[in-house]
Amino acid sequence: MKVLVPVKRVIDYNVKARVKPDQSGVDLANVKMSMNPFDEISVEEAVRLKEKGVVSEIVAISVGPSQAQETLRTALAMGADRAILVNAEAQDLEPLAVAKVLKAIVAEENPEVVIVGKQAIDGDNNAVGQMLAALLDWPQATFASAVEIAGGKAKVTREVDGGLQTLEVDLPAVITVDLRLNEPRYASLPNIMKAKKKPLDVKELASLGADTAPRLKVLKVTEPPKRAGGVKVETAADLVMKLKNEAGVL
Amino acid sequence: MAVLVIADHDNASLKDSTHKTVTAAQGLSGDIDLLVAGQNAKAAAEAAAKIAGVRKVLLAESAELGQGLAEAFQDLVVPLMGGYDAVLTPATSQGKNLSPRIAAKLDVAQISDVIEVIDASTFVHPIYAGNALETVQSSDGKKVITVRPTAFKAAAEGGSAAVETLAAPAAPAKTRFVDQQLVKSARPELAGAKIVVSGGRALGSAEEFQKVIEPLADKLGAAVGASRAAVDAGYAPNDYQVGQTGKVVAPELYVAVGISGAIQHLAGMKDSKVIVAINKDPDAPIFQVADYGLVADYKTAVPELMAALG
Repeated sequence: MKVLVPVKRVIDYNVKARVKPDQSGVDLANVKMSMNPFDEISVEEAVRLKEKGVVSEIVAISVGPSQAQETLRTALAMGADRAILVNAEAQDLEPLAVAKVLKAIVAEENPEVVIVGKQAIDGDNNAVGQMLAALLDWPQATFASAVEIAGGKAKVTREVDGGLQTLEVDLPAVITVDLRLNEPRYASLPNIMKAKKKPLDVKELASLGADTAPRLKVLKVTEPPKRAGGVKVETAADLVMKLKNEAGVL
Repeated sequence: MAVLVIADHDNASLKDSTHKTVTAAQGLSGDIDLLVAGQNAKAAAEAAAKIAGVRKVLLAESAELGQGLAEAFQDLVVPLMGGYDAVLTPATSQGKNLSPRIAAKLDVAQISDVIEVIDASTFVHPIYAGNALETVQSSDGKKVITVRPTAFKAAAEGGSAAVETLAAPAAPAKTRFVDQQLVKSARPELAGAKIVVSGGRALGSAEEFQKVIEPLADKLGAAVGASRAAVDAGYAPNDYQVGQTGKVVAPELYVAVGISGAIQHLAGMKDSKVIVAINKDPDAPIFQVADYGLVADYKTAVPELMAALG
């Protein structure tokens, strides 16, 4: 069974995003970039499925700038077998455009399952996996915290409002992963070295024939209103008094 | 212009996020219809009919709609969109599950987590864990939007819209519901609670979380939340998580106990009216957003707080 794992190069999760003074976007110059944390979880899940003998081949894919090759090398070092970069000039395609590119890659690769992070921590849209499932007319199981694959089906436990839900979907299917699915491994040095020799194909975005025209025009990007600094209180009794008399919330 | 709002409900009653999404829909200046899709959801539909400014309520019922299967919602909503210019869904986990599927089928962008409606095609939404706000203008013929409920006031009651029953779509062929485990609680629901008490990694164990956080929440009539670290460590269920990738809350009062204040946690609670932080580390980032900070070990501070509350 082949699994396709889309990964995105994003601002490192420990870095606080800063808005550019001209309000044109977020300043990513000289900022540490990493693999989207949710995509690390999806790569890890694919590798574990391979270790269990359920999956035979893991193809990592990224749609982005040439630097996304580093992100793909990370996926290869974690255990993906080969990688595809779809070279996109625009750093940030909209989720619908990414889903259309992935659909074109699915048509070439014929994976039985696509495992993808539930959201990227830059756009926070939480949309690509669901959109890809819709475009392919495949079933979806989003926000997975447990995945079992057997007999052409996936049984997926999902984190939902109020608790957990378990669905069974026929393969092929799209699974989007949530935080509690697994703890991603660190790539070992020998594996990082080996990853350098694994195949990484570069395709040009235009060659796929997907409609990636933007639908949204960004008018401006601004900083959220800042909270004014508060005060320190000395005791719990002080706190209760202030909440009652000053803040009026008790 | 006509706008469809997909209601958030538990079949018996409507969630407050529905009223808030109706308010967001009013910003598009059109007729608003509410879709109540579920199973045995007549009571929720009747409640929806009472929201002021709603033109009509559409009720569709099937087992799969009740189970919230995204494929079933796609098959129900996409054919309806011939009559609508926009569809708005609260950005709950259910809304996030189904809305992008509808957008892709309509070949339009989804505008996620909208916090302000400027006009019928211009919207503001947070990106980068709320560290930036992006204003976007959509060129799509139909708008597909998820709404962050905490950013809008609840629409008033006082309407008397008609309820129209729709035929439910056929059951999805490739997706089956197996079971669910929902957390039962007498406490208010986290997303809409007026007071939230949240615990962090400092609590150290699930037993301690229950012993310290839950009684304080009950004393205040509050909902219980948790940081990602506490949920990851198994101190609290996933449903409690407040943050960029969990629930976004904006209560009157947010009490953070033993939470350091990572960026992704702040993203989920920094719009609370009043924030209280209890942490023994005076340099914890949570104090930068807290209106009232108490530098103390929760082990002594929480019992004292309980006593001071009387």
